[in-house]
Amino acid sequence: MGYVLEGSTGAWEVVVGLEVHAQVISESKLFSGASATYGGAPNTHVSFIDAGFPGMLPVINRECVAQAVRTGLGLNAQINLLSRFDRKNYFYADLPNGYQISQFAQPIVGAGVVEIELPDGTAKKIGITRLHLEQDAGKSMHDQHPAKSVIDLNRAGVGLMEIVSEPDLRSPEEAGAYVRKLRQILRYLGTCDGNMEEGSMRADVNVSVRRPGEDGFRTRCEIKNVNSVRFVMHAVEAEAQRQIAVWEGGGEVEQETRLYDPARGETRSMRSKEDAHDYRYFPEPDLLPLVLDETWVAELKAKLPELPDQKRRRFCDQYGIPFYDAGELVAEAAIADFYEIVAKGRDARLAANWITGDFFAALNRTGASIETSPVSAGALGELLDLIGDKTINGRIAKDVFEAMVETGKAPGAIVEERGLRQVTDTGAIEAAVASVLAANPDKVAEYKSGKDKLFGFFVGQIMKATAGKGNPALINEILKQKL
Amino acid sequence: MSLTDLTIAEAAAGLAAKTFSAVELAAAHNAAIAALNPRLNAFITVTPDLALAQAKAADEKIAAGAAETLTGIPLAIKDLFCTAGVRTTAASRILEPFVPPYESTVTAKLLAAGAVFLGKANLDEFAMGSSNMSSGFGPVENPWKRAGSDAKLVPGGSSGGSAAAVAARLALGAMGTDTGGSIRQPASFTGIAGIKPTYGRCSRYGIVAFASSLDQAGPLARTVEDCAILLAAMAGFDPKDSTSAERPVPDFRAAARRGVKGLRIGIPAEYRMDGMSGEIEALWQKGIFWLREQGAEIVDISLPHTKYGLPVYYIVAPAEASSNLARYDGVRFGARVEGEDLIDMYERTRAAGFGAEVKRRIMIGTYVLSAGYYDAYYLRAQKIRALILRDFTEAFAKVDAILTPTAPSAAFGMGEKMDDPVTMYLNDVFTVSAPLAGVPAMSVPAGLDAQGLPLGLQVIGRHFDEETVFAVSGALERAAGFSGVPAVMAGGAA
Repeated sequence: MGYVLEGSTGAWEVVVGLEVHAQVISESKLFSGASATYGGAPNTHVSFIDAGFPGMLPVINRECVAQAVRTGLGLNAQINLLSRFDRKNYFYADLPNGYQISQFAQPIVGAGVVEIELPDGTAKKIGITRLHLEQDAGKSMHDQHPAKSVIDLNRAGVGLMEIVSEPDLRSPEEAGAYVRKLRQILRYLGTCDGNMEEGSMRADVNVSVRRPGEDGFRTRCEIKNVNSVRFVMHAVEAEAQRQIAVWEGGGEVEQETRLYDPARGETRSMRSKEDAHDYRYFPEPDLLPLVLDETWVAELKAKLPELPDQKRRRFCDQYGIPFYDAGELVAEAAIADFYEIVAKGRDARLAANWITGDFFAALNRTGASIETSPVSAGALGELLDLIGDKTINGRIAKDVFEAMVETGKAPGAIVEERGLRQVTDTGAIEAAVASVLAANPDKVAEYKSGKDKLFGFFVGQIMKATAGKGNPALINEILKQKL
Repeated sequence: MSLTDLTIAEAAAGLAAKTFSAVELAAAHNAAIAALNPRLNAFITVTPDLALAQAKAADEKIAAGAAETLTGIPLAIKDLFCTAGVRTTAASRILEPFVPPYESTVTAKLLAAGAVFLGKANLDEFAMGSSNMSSGFGPVENPWKRAGSDAKLVPGGSSGGSAAAVAARLALGAMGTDTGGSIRQPASFTGIAGIKPTYGRCSRYGIVAFASSLDQAGPLARTVEDCAILLAAMAGFDPKDSTSAERPVPDFRAAARRGVKGLRIGIPAEYRMDGMSGEIEALWQKGIFWLREQGAEIVDISLPHTKYGLPVYYIVAPAEASSNLARYDGVRFGARVEGEDLIDMYERTRAAGFGAEVKRRIMIGTYVLSAGYYDAYYLRAQKIRALILRDFTEAFAKVDAILTPTAPSAAFGMGEKMDDPVTMYLNDVFTVSAPLAGVPAMSVPAGLDAQGLPLGLQVIGRHFDEETVFAVSGALERAAGFSGVPAVMAGGAA
């Protein structure tokens, strides 16, 4: 039995489907030559087309189309060689034309599938209904002037991919895992930066509840514009709880659009079905149908980067590392690349352990990202080499690594500077062993009478006597002989 | 002969031969406009100084031996074309203060060819109308009069200001746009020629949109050849308009002289309408006779879905218009009436800025696209539109061009046909099918009715076969020998 919520009259199942709006990474906007980059002074990335001036006409940006196709391919989805644009009509101050150019009846990408990993490690396939291209709107700001609203059209006309999932998600965790997975794929593809804080990725969350085993779906509510993975998960739970209370109170859930209020942890009504816009969709007469060349799509497919699922399987096969670790290493393409540099020609398992262990911990502690890491892949590789050729042992390596994080220096230099070379001189170790055994005759006696655990005590003492630099294998060997 | 009486071809020859200068030509037209525009109201905005400056530049170009056919030719520009730095109103109060910072592709091409712009011609508001009575800047008067009557007549619409200006010799030619007949019907009403080219032949970039799938720019002039000269300069692919066609522009002027020998001309049975005046029928028969006499083969054809043209047009065009006109909201440009909140501001701005006909069409268009009505109206209209196109495709398998009357009547009086919008819409009955199918169609002056008013014949051709349209129109023009002139015109009535 999966995730259920206990109401006062029994268990409930949650049904979730997501519409994710992902801003396309492109130089210019979907239908104009204005810059599509984030930021810039208000209303500086605006052409007359974006501002809806009389007589202005949209012209499709080929790169945005390529990005949508790449994304569709990355979602294992059908690419529709013929798609069309439609106008979605509604009035709002930051929608200059009074309509949004979108794709309604014939989207560029059809059905696909995304695999998410559940907390118990099992995989679940989530259906993708479609992906279509559309324009983003501008931004209205109501807090800049006591009596006036101001509008920034920099975002107006930037390309968006709306990615619609099937109602296949059954818990807040699954919804969260889906958004994270989608974001990961988009980032790998380089088609959306997935930056939810800046609004370049946002989700409309459709939630309904039903009794376990119940056929069909009950009325759903749509929670608009949720802008973090955490809020998606909270919104699902809060909305499910609200709907359960409505049903259990003898009421009926009304189809409506709601907003999630993170401060209060609840959803509230934005507009009811009666107030819903009639968007009066109709084919956009200013644009011809979008016809894709099959060979062009094939070229895009051939140039697609390796995606996280593929990469994860390859890491397991090629490097012999556990599936879980591989998952951590492919979380971001940059981390995966980092790992492969470190692992190349070295002990790949050791490299994985170092990265998922001390290296991630250091990033967390210093607040750095893989791109701004104080330790480069080359430097970490060098450290592993020093362990491999027995210049230092594993324990000293941890100290050297911390010094690398602090100083940014190369590990070899740190080892030299601080005299951390491992002692592999048999004579020196034999002397240390002898002096430790001589100093602890009682313990030697106990050991010999069967207290095996004391072996570790001796190793520790000898390591201390060599200032941590003793070669552990040598110490073990000589100690065994002497005992 | 007065400078304002020349054809474009004659004026170009005169300029080339330095018989007169472009400045003299522009000045003559400026004077004609100053004298007659207060009465005819053919222009919303006149730009005499700009015209003189452009004429001066044209003279320099001519002197440098770099002249093109249109260098120095004074034109009227329908006030639907955005002109950089010159107010562009679409004859709507909502755009009264609007000065575009950009130039439409078509007018930019004309300017590049050295044409001189006299001003912005009046039209029905947002090109919605067949009479020019719906202009937010007052109606245009047709320079023609019924014999023995001083009643003011309409010039037709929506390019009524362009047509009146050319007919009254206030310009040698004019830019118009045609969505359901807006070039051809006013051309017919004012005794001049006008062509709506194939959809996609001219760029729509910078033309205030009425119905995007139908709108096409086209020229109005006093001869078929002049229209050919103008269209050649206007046409061509524009990367800024995705619906413009990537095709070479043929020699239209040569085509106009080609003749009709061996051409098959279709006569569609469905254009013989109940209650159509005998004069129109007689003129049509004359046209058939002229073409047969010049060696064309006359073929009876059927365009069975003709009768659905008007209802389809009056669903598709308002639907697109309701969306195209949503941008006039007072937020970014044009007129604004302040309100209590955003919605109130929208409502006040649009209530004050749009005239009755525009409001009517926005409401019709909104209605036919609404949930619950879309399938019954818009979708069905699109299906019938496809059948109308099929009618033409099948007909053009048998014939090279089609001959019909342009309009069901001659120009009517101001105030007539005003009680019922449907009566007004009937004016477009012969002209709406061509834009619905996207095919080119031209009106040629062919005769006068019993009251002395001009009547036009329409030639419809295949997609991108304006050459045959010009060939047939040229033949009709030569046979008709139309020499009528309006009662009101520069240099005095004939």
